[in-house]
Amino acid sequence: MSSLPSTHASEGNEWESALASAGCLDLFRQHHAEATAESVTRFLAFSEHNPSSIRQCLETARFNARAVRTALTVEMWETINGAWLEIQDSKPHALPFIDIPRFLDWVKEVSLRFDGSGYRTMLRNDAFYFSRLGIYLERADATARILDVKFHFLLPATSPVGGGVDYAQWSAILRAVSAAASYHWVYRESLKPWLIADLLILKEEMPRSLAACYANIITNLDHLAAAGGRQGAAQRRAHALYRKLRSENIAQIFQSGLHEFINGFIADNDGVNAAVVEQYLS
Amino acid sequence: MAFDEMHTEGGAVRSAYAGVASWLETVSADQLARRRAEAELLYRRGGITFSVYGDTQGGERIIPHDLLPRILSAAEWSRLAAGLEQRVRALNMYLTDIYGPQETLKAGIVPPDLVWRNPAFRPEMMGFKVPHGIYVHIAGIDVVRVDGDDFYVLEDNARTPSGVSYMLGGREISMRLMPDLLASHRVAPIENYPNELLAVLCSVAPRDRSEPTVVLLTPGQFNSAYYEHSYLADRMGVEPVEGRDLFVQNDVVFMRTTKGPRRVDVIYRRIDDDFLDSLVFRPDSLLGVPGLFAAYTAGNVTLANALGTGVADDKDIYSYMPEITRFLLGEEPILKNVPTWRCREPEALAYVCEHLPELVVKRVDGSGGYGMLVGPHATVAERAAFKVMLQANPERYIAQPTLALSTCPTFVESGVAPRHVDLRPFVLTGRHGVRIVPGGLTRVALRENSLVVNSSQGGGTKDTWVVER
Repeated sequence: MSSLPSTHASEGNEWESALASAGCLDLFRQHHAEATAESVTRFLAFSEHNPSSIRQCLETARFNARAVRTALTVEMWETINGAWLEIQDSKPHALPFIDIPRFLDWVKEVSLRFDGSGYRTMLRNDAFYFSRLGIYLERADATARILDVKFHFLLPATSPVGGGVDYAQWSAILRAVSAAASYHWVYRESLKPWLIADLLILKEEMPRSLAACYANIITNLDHLAAAGGRQGAAQRRAHALYRKLRSENIAQIFQSGLHEFINGFIADNDGVNAAVVEQYLS
Repeated sequence: MAFDEMHTEGGAVRSAYAGVASWLETVSADQLARRRAEAELLYRRGGITFSVYGDTQGGERIIPHDLLPRILSAAEWSRLAAGLEQRVRALNMYLTDIYGPQETLKAGIVPPDLVWRNPAFRPEMMGFKVPHGIYVHIAGIDVVRVDGDDFYVLEDNARTPSGVSYMLGGREISMRLMPDLLASHRVAPIENYPNELLAVLCSVAPRDRSEPTVVLLTPGQFNSAYYEHSYLADRMGVEPVEGRDLFVQNDVVFMRTTKGPRRVDVIYRRIDDDFLDSLVFRPDSLLGVPGLFAAYTAGNVTLANALGTGVADDKDIYSYMPEITRFLLGEEPILKNVPTWRCREPEALAYVCEHLPELVVKRVDGSGGYGMLVGPHATVAERAAFKVMLQANPERYIAQPTLALSTCPTFVESGVAPRHVDLRPFVLTGRHGVRIVPGGLTRVALRENSLVVNSSQGGGTKDTWVVER
């Protein structure tokens, strides 16, 4: 979003929407008066006050990875530990604002490497299924939040649709979820809000979509049930949510309200998460 | 003059080090420095760290690893291995005796108060028959060389000896960074240590099961040896658990898993006796498992090592090991003991007080190089202060001559120079006997003239090669 030409920035403070989508707007306000490009970016990337800043996440990830070291392969552990060391050594929080995108690219590489290492090197047992389950539950939540905040913001009831500003912002959403090229392959037409929503909610071939996440969630939950013989509320709730996603179409969703739909989804997804914890981890 | 393991007194290279000597001629200081930096990076990236108790930084540190291997010939090793095997058999026999008939006490071989007053003695273990008569499944016997012929035992570690992950890590580093030198030697493999360990643990399971469930019990990730715990669990393919992951029901130990409770047969515990079971030992311990001791004495789970092994390995009992070996095994000890003055004996105390500048004085219950005085390196004031402590509690101390530990070539700032080393081989004892992987952890005092090899006091490690020809 910080790469948007400033003439394409719209009225209102879309930096606050970024904070809202990350669920830390209130926390931000406790520490900062104004949401500017720089203050928000630094807050999301580096702040020690923000437990979900990239830096804090890496800190937590490394702490947890060390605690469950034997559940990870050497490649996964070295990716996390290497990234943690890199942050200790290179102190990216001291970077000038203009260099932060380079840091963010590095973060993306690290998470791809971790994801890829897990996929390539882990034994297919419950540790693997749990790690995948976690990834998809988290990803479904993130996709839903990005959609909600941006659509809320992009579609105020009274504003006209279309024009350069909207176009730039829609394509920013797609780039945020690495789906800019995919959109064109799937729809072969110019950017339309409902098609973007269709892509990110219902299209199973789009790996970040809610439907794709849920296809993976039920697969991994079923593996867990098969490996350990425990089947219960987690499986039932996940299958129900997946069935619901498959029975929807985007026109229906817009008709009954995108915001309501997404809020409902986030709550249901939380419910699946809680059921997993209850069933396996308590 | 300390014994130089690489050179003879005349300056010639000993045959075991011929390969190292010619290799050193072919590499530049620059290349060595680069390899060293790379080794450090590998250690850091792998998270091969330890934490120092009392370190207010709370940080993890790397033990410096010296790339130049320490070399033992196959002949030297086989002599040493025979001695180690005997030593550990004697330790196990002694523990069987102390917690059983106590013949060694009755015959006056060991003064009884050394047992009764020893905080590591566990009266709860009296009369309990440990599975297969084995108390010490994993021992770390610290040995040093002072000449070409003999190894001396410096210390027995029969509780929860650590360091084996550094032995294995050092070999991995050699394979990655010294492949040329490694390829030119026939080095006996040590990589099978985790398999040997698992085989030993399985062999002492209480139930006859083809695949007993073994776990490694760790105090958790804040423990200084946590890296080693997770490494060994990973290489054995057993679950690392903390106390809260286990529970006891009807004297049977279970592990909580995502698939429900699973019965545990053998616990390789890396938690000290005191913390194992809050119902029997320290009531404030949160690290252990309430009820574990009852499950153990009911014969439903095997602990490795057994409880109460500390009564055999403190520095006080150490000095009696030769007599114990003769008495219980009827064998002449193969490995020598360092001559030791027991300060509890008035004549010995008088001698020690007079000769402080030439002696090393150690607390009988100390470890890790803490609470000791290295006479020749201490200042007059340090010696005077130590003497006060010594005279106040003489029974807590022993003294030994300052041994001129042997030296090995070591990569230091100024190039390659001799540094003092010791060796901790790891001795495994299971139902089918004693197994020792050839080698051990060589610790090196990196500071010039220093004799303290402890990692907490500026020591480093070396890969130890037993070279077959």
